[in-house]
Amino acid sequence: MENQTPLVEMRDMHIAFGGNKAVDHVSIDLYPGEVVGLLGHNGAGKSTLIKMLSGAYKADGGEILINGELAEINNPRDARGYKIETIYQTLALADNLDAGSNLFLGRELLTPFGFVDDDAMEAETRKIMSRLNPNFQTFSAPVSTLSGGQRQSVAIARAVYFNAKILIMDEPTAALGPQETQMVAELVQKLKAEGLGIFLISHDIHDVMELCDRISVMKNGKLVGTVRVEDVTDDDILGMIILGKKPMKNTS
Amino acid sequence: MTKDKQSYFASLGIDGRLLGMIGALVALWVMFDLITGGRFITPRNLFNLSVQTASVAVMATGMVFVIVTRNIDLSVGSLLGFIGMMMGALQVHFLPDLVGGGHWSIWIITCLFGVTLGAIIGSFQGWVIGYLAVPAFIVTLGGFLVWRGAAWWVTSGQTVAPLDPVFKLLGGGVEGTLGESLSWALGVFATLAALWLLYLSRKRKLAHGFLVKPFWAELTVGGIIGVVVVGYAAFMNAYPIPARAAKRIYENKGLELPDGGSTLVYGIAIPVVILLIIAIIMTFMAKRTRFGRYVFATGGNPDAAELSGINTRMLTVKIFALMGALTAIAAIIASARLGSADNNLGNLDELRVIAAAVIGGSALSGGFGTIHGAILGALIMQSLQSGMAMVGVDAPLQSIVVGVVLVLAVYVDIVYRRRAGL
Repeated sequence: MENQTPLVEMRDMHIAFGGNKAVDHVSIDLYPGEVVGLLGHNGAGKSTLIKMLSGAYKADGGEILINGELAEINNPRDARGYKIETIYQTLALADNLDAGSNLFLGRELLTPFGFVDDDAMEAETRKIMSRLNPNFQTFSAPVSTLSGGQRQSVAIARAVYFNAKILIMDEPTAALGPQETQMVAELVQKLKAEGLGIFLISHDIHDVMELCDRISVMKNGKLVGTVRVEDVTDDDILGMIILGKKPMKNTS
Repeated sequence: MTKDKQSYFASLGIDGRLLGMIGALVALWVMFDLITGGRFITPRNLFNLSVQTASVAVMATGMVFVIVTRNIDLSVGSLLGFIGMMMGALQVHFLPDLVGGGHWSIWIITCLFGVTLGAIIGSFQGWVIGYLAVPAFIVTLGGFLVWRGAAWWVTSGQTVAPLDPVFKLLGGGVEGTLGESLSWALGVFATLAALWLLYLSRKRKLAHGFLVKPFWAELTVGGIIGVVVVGYAAFMNAYPIPARAAKRIYENKGLELPDGGSTLVYGIAIPVVILLIIAIIMTFMAKRTRFGRYVFATGGNPDAAELSGINTRMLTVKIFALMGALTAIAAIIASARLGSADNNLGNLDELRVIAAAVIGGSALSGGFGTIHGAILGALIMQSLQSGMAMVGVDAPLQSIVVGVVLVLAVYVDIVYRRRAGL
């Protein structure tokens, strides 16, 4: 795998808010068909790091390479242009709009006259939902009336629908029950098999150990280290998260 | 409401809050009609009511977008005054020297100038709100003072009169109406257009294989629209032009007054036609354009909108530019109706406009609001005020009632929303 060009390479990224160095010179990478987990305490900087990739924050410094080429990501539109899709922890749904409007938000399907084509969007939403979550039937009500799992499916559908190459999942299972968590896990495996690269941010070590190929751990804005899942135990990872210590057997 | 009735209205696709507003309006009208001994629901009164509502209702449609995006615009009344004065000064003091007095182009140039000015001022306020991040409340509170002062400055407080005769038609006086045959034509045309749109929408949904409303429901909705529109046209056509004014109209056309007196009627007033066109455009914008979709998305969740790649700052500029342009159209209607422009034009209109939008279901917390609701809201407010004036309620008591109704309406709306789980 190391001979391939990485799908994403973030080099020496840093950003500060006020005096607080939220991300302090961190480098990570991601290969096609790979799931890289980002672990760390609340406030370790994992979400902030990833938001520089999704265009939500503009980095103070560092460079992002997509397929080996320098990428200019200044806003979420740029990120989408590079086929980077993000499922935010907050889901980032407009609660007052229906599922279709949310799925296509910012990328509406238009009629030949340039008007928003709600019927076509609903038809597409029905199609993708029948694949992702066949139980999903509420297409014309505001998403505020949906359950947590259904809202999550809308957010996932939005990321998957537009043929993403790079998928960022920020705590994708935090609000879900066991059955829905299983659904997300299966989806991750499927997308990985299709050759997507996935960054998975999570608190849950079990989730991460099961789904990820490699794990990068952050603490206080700094990268503790990146390890292959097969080389470490749960305890090694815990040590990295809590103590900020790399395990002795270093492979990365 | 029983389950049966609920499913009945559900299949019609009419929501409870719209039904409630129509019910409130009808109740108000019937009540005032009973108290005044049948003087309220007359062609004459409803003609005046619709003309008086037009200016505020036009602005209320724009205020919906402003409020939906969690902003407010306190400057519309003052801005209306300023634009009205500028348009007055232009058509009375400048254009006659440029193109000649009474020239056919005066009203067109004036209107274009006014709308452009409104859009520019609106986008400036929107820029300060969106890009400099000064809260809308403060920016437009400043605008409220600035534009009222500026309105005085245009002519140092002097009233501008008389306005261009063609311009004045836009205010809906004796001659500022469609007349009998055009009113009928508009009524029939609007009904056919509504039926055609319903048909197209049904066809599209069927093509996608979606569930559609039962056919009787579509027909009922179409029928209600038809009855209201044609009924309004018929009512306005039942308002005869007073004999003296009719005589003048005949004389201007070089005709003899026919034997047995004039048969001329008012018909639908031009400001109402303007309001109708604005309402259709704004509804279309809200429902079928990206701009409208982004307005509602931003109101529902500004962060989500931003993360979806929507430029919410530019959106704010556009919304306030639109509000400014609509304020200019309202200024055209208001000054044309008076036949003059004075410094008091639009005084307190910001409160009427905001009240109309809010009574019409625009939530100040953002994300919700409809164009037709705002127009109904404006009509309810105006009915309340005209009715109380007709009954002879003292002015101080009038404002007390209006204030209480405003708070009550919003409370009912909050309860309704909570029950509906929105």
